[in-house]
Amino acid sequence: MANEVILLDFWPSMYGMRTRIALREKGVEFEYRDENLREKSPLLLQMNPVHKKIPVLIHNGKPVCESAIQVQYIDEVWSHKNPILPSDPYQRAQARFWVDFIDKKMYEAQRKVYASKGEEQEAGKKEFIEILKTLESELGDKPYFGGDDFGYVDIGLIGFYSWFPGYEKFGNLNFEAECPKLIAWAKRCMQRESVAKSLPDFEKVTEFMGMLRKKFGVE
Amino acid sequence: MAERSEEVKLLGMWASPFSRRVEIALTLKGVPYEFSEQDIANKSPLLLQSNPVHKKIPVLLHSGKPISESLVILEYIDDTWQNNPILPQDPYDRATARFWGRFVDEQIYVTAMKVVGKVGEEKDAAVEATRDLLKLLEKELVGKKFLGGERLGFVDIVATLVAFWLMRTEEVVGVKVVPVEMFPEIHRWVKNLLDVDVIKKCIPPEDEHLNYIRARMDRLKLKSV
Repeated sequence: MANEVILLDFWPSMYGMRTRIALREKGVEFEYRDENLREKSPLLLQMNPVHKKIPVLIHNGKPVCESAIQVQYIDEVWSHKNPILPSDPYQRAQARFWVDFIDKKMYEAQRKVYASKGEEQEAGKKEFIEILKTLESELGDKPYFGGDDFGYVDIGLIGFYSWFPGYEKFGNLNFEAECPKLIAWAKRCMQRESVAKSLPDFEKVTEFMGMLRKKFGVE
Repeated sequence: MAERSEEVKLLGMWASPFSRRVEIALTLKGVPYEFSEQDIANKSPLLLQSNPVHKKIPVLLHSGKPISESLVILEYIDDTWQNNPILPQDPYDRATARFWGRFVDEQIYVTAMKVVGKVGEEKDAAVEATRDLLKLLEKELVGKKFLGGERLGFVDIVATLVAFWLMRTEEVVGVKVVPVEMFPEIHRWVKNLLDVDVIKKCIPPEDEHLNYIRARMDRLKLKSV
């Protein structure tokens, strides 16, 4: 059976970006389908009935849901090149821990940065910077989170970078000042073809965030 | 590999489902370990040093190196000790198991906590919401002995949270969240779990557990039965 890979996604999703990057790292041909989240396709609802969310990876008709799970799946199926998770169990556990950290902490905090105002926004900004500093401290002086090679944690985090100009604009933040090593890391990741191809135009993301602000009534 | 048999220590808490699931995994694999009961109200320097990010149990220390977050620990245990595998071999089945594991922790657990924590209409809504989520687990069990199939696996270990915490809380909270008429498969699965020696050995003793839950609810000034 030919390898048929479809990705149901939404272009500004930092989670969808993870799966795009992973597929490209492995050189897997895939069909990208952008979903209208206000009018979800029958295929999306059928393939992810539990959460009805993107991204959904459909491999030979079978759905894999949750971006972190998709990236691990891709690594296990296409194990012939560019390993994403480390081979050492302890390093693997550390990588999983940090992607779990990103999954638990980033979303709420970043949402407050651009889509809230007043005290809530200030609290969100403080929390978000703390999270980034924790990640920056984990990165240390290494080129990537896993060491010399681009991997799971880098893939888990880099999508958020496309939202950074928006956070800076709407949250009045300066990431270069707050976490310079993390910014250097992000720029390093952007040099990678799989990342450059998988992240959207940053200005478009900022525009999208502006539209969301209106929707949430903070603009 | 000399490292594998080196000291394994678990910083845990006897009544925590997250701590107990790690004990189930270690016991299933026959890995000897030292259990260190932690005082959550007064966290030890070792705990704070081993899990500075979340400051929570469980933390597994293998030759002094810490691993935190119970689902991460379970995968580490499976990666390190390959006998009696917890996760399936096939990548698609692994992805499915991981999906359900997260579902239990991120959906069922979070919603079920509201059953205990809320009153009146909010409590009723939480019961309804929890049941809707459990219906999905119920569906997964049709025609299977365990969530992992013939043998218990990753999802069963994670879902002991449902079998021995959520369902035990019913006694104390006075609400039958998981009635047998609505969830015959789940009840059958709990019986299957209780037939497994490792499970019997690793879950908290029922009476002590119920007293603990009651005491905790009293402390939090929640109504208990």
